[in-house]
Amino acid sequence: MVIHSVINQNTKIKSRFALFGGVYSNYLALEATLQDIRQRGVDAIYCLGDLGAFGPHPDRVFPLLQNNHVIVVQGNYDDSVGNALNDCQCGYTDPRDNHFAQISYDYTLQNTSEPNREFMRGLPPEIRLTVDDQNILLCHGSPHRTNEFLWESTTSDYYLEHLLEVQHADVIAATHTGIKWNRKLDRGLFVNVGVLGRPENDGSTNVWYTLLELHTDNSWTVNHIPIAYNHTALAREMQQEKLPDEFVDTVLSGWWTTCLEILPSKERRRGKH
Amino acid sequence: MPSVSLTHLDELWFQVSGTHCNLTCDHCFISCSPHNRSFGYLSLSDVQSSIAQATQEGVREFYFTGGEPFLNPEMVDILCWTLQHGPATVLTNGTVLKEEWLAKLQEAERQSRYSLEFRLSIDGFSPETNDPIRGDGTFDRAMAGVSLLCEFEFLPIITATRVWDDESDLEVLAQFKTVLKAHGYSRPRIKLLPTLQIGAEENRTRGYLQHEVVTDTMLSDFDQHNLVCSHSRIVTDRGVHVCPILIESPESNLGQSISESLVPFEIKHGACYTCYQYGSICTNASSGNTLSTTEPTVNPPDTAREDGDT
Repeated sequence: MVIHSVINQNTKIKSRFALFGGVYSNYLALEATLQDIRQRGVDAIYCLGDLGAFGPHPDRVFPLLQNNHVIVVQGNYDDSVGNALNDCQCGYTDPRDNHFAQISYDYTLQNTSEPNREFMRGLPPEIRLTVDDQNILLCHGSPHRTNEFLWESTTSDYYLEHLLEVQHADVIAATHTGIKWNRKLDRGLFVNVGVLGRPENDGSTNVWYTLLELHTDNSWTVNHIPIAYNHTALAREMQQEKLPDEFVDTVLSGWWTTCLEILPSKERRRGKH
Repeated sequence: MPSVSLTHLDELWFQVSGTHCNLTCDHCFISCSPHNRSFGYLSLSDVQSSIAQATQEGVREFYFTGGEPFLNPEMVDILCWTLQHGPATVLTNGTVLKEEWLAKLQEAERQSRYSLEFRLSIDGFSPETNDPIRGDGTFDRAMAGVSLLCEFEFLPIITATRVWDDESDLEVLAQFKTVLKAHGYSRPRIKLLPTLQIGAEENRTRGYLQHEVVTDTMLSDFDQHNLVCSHSRIVTDRGVHVCPILIESPESNLGQSISESLVPFEIKHGACYTCYQYGSICTNASSGNTLSTTEPTVNPPDTAREDGDT
């Protein structure tokens, strides 16, 4: 567990944090996101894990994170690549999904330098913040498991209330699913901050990060921010790296073409494939 | 003997139609049939009571199985009520669905923030491959169920028990997709299941062998969350049991209430070995609980315990 103290600003908004997950080697979206965050101004920037996967040139992500003082939680991909495990621990069962997941994983493992893999190995599985009397828990999948999918349509209020209670948290932030959402509950707030690595299966090419704002009355505001970036350049680089056409198609179309089995029916229905 | 603790009640299951089914499949692990009433129906009131208890434990989602759940006259009302409280998945053979039921369920899901998942069992991509397992005419009836679900914009997860060689997976999956698309299911979801060598399947092929058990050594470096008993329980008309597979084993009944059932369980059954090999085969892929179904971990006979019990 890592605890960071945050100095409050004497304004209506006491604190503002930027959070994102699932960079998936999309360094162009990361650059655009960091620029947007700088323009808005925040107290701290957090990445909730999964630095590699899917995109090209995984090593290009690390200097951007480190030079911009982004505090990073370990995702399942970071654990796998950092420790050179056999697969990404995403838990796919469909042979087609496993096929593409393994291509992505093998490419990322082969193209991530040892110093960056060491960085991944050293990342914490969760981070706890205390802002005044507000306790914030940052994790990758869920506080229970790094690779648990918390989808909007398959996560009951009872489960989220339970997590907030047993974790003594006012806010829990996670990622892992690839699709942003948030829910205010009796005990606090749950936020899935979205991912930068690929669009979220809605036919738009932009990706998403999240601004969390704490107000003077200790209420929270959640703003999911769309980020447009040079996705055609990313697609070209993916093609040059001989990554699957299916991945390139997702970047250019905004529709998921792989890893579809993990989507619950409501989320799957919104997509094209 | 290895024992597994419940880390959290993620999923609560209901044996909602007991062992009553309109079909008599050759591989059914609890030998459900039109005449098997060893487990009875659960009422809406039974379900409401158990869900009220489970919410105290922070339950995440709900599953309904049988037998054929839609033989239970309260099934539609049970699902509509459940969707007000959490995500619901119902496991059906798809042969008895009615339009008016699906219209009601479609509206209930629209009104809910939660997904309603249908898991529909088909064990072959043609009458010739499916019907010898599930009964004459069942392929066409199940496909009519698929088409009907698609008309109401549901995206059923087709579950197929692997009654073919592992090496044929890709070929069989491709044939399944072709057939499903021909029946109006344009983006089919398919979940492959391993056979469980108990119930009717024990007679169709074989029971578990003596060495097919989980040992302490096998669990020493194993993520126990891959075992369904570490995160699920199932309510039947007899009590609360450890998992949907073992309800016929007397020791699987852990008590009369959800709170009584939250105790460790000795995984000494052959079916526990299958769960160990393939991960939480009962849960949906959206939970992230499952292991790969294509390369199971195998317990070599020479390292296994000798006094296995199925």
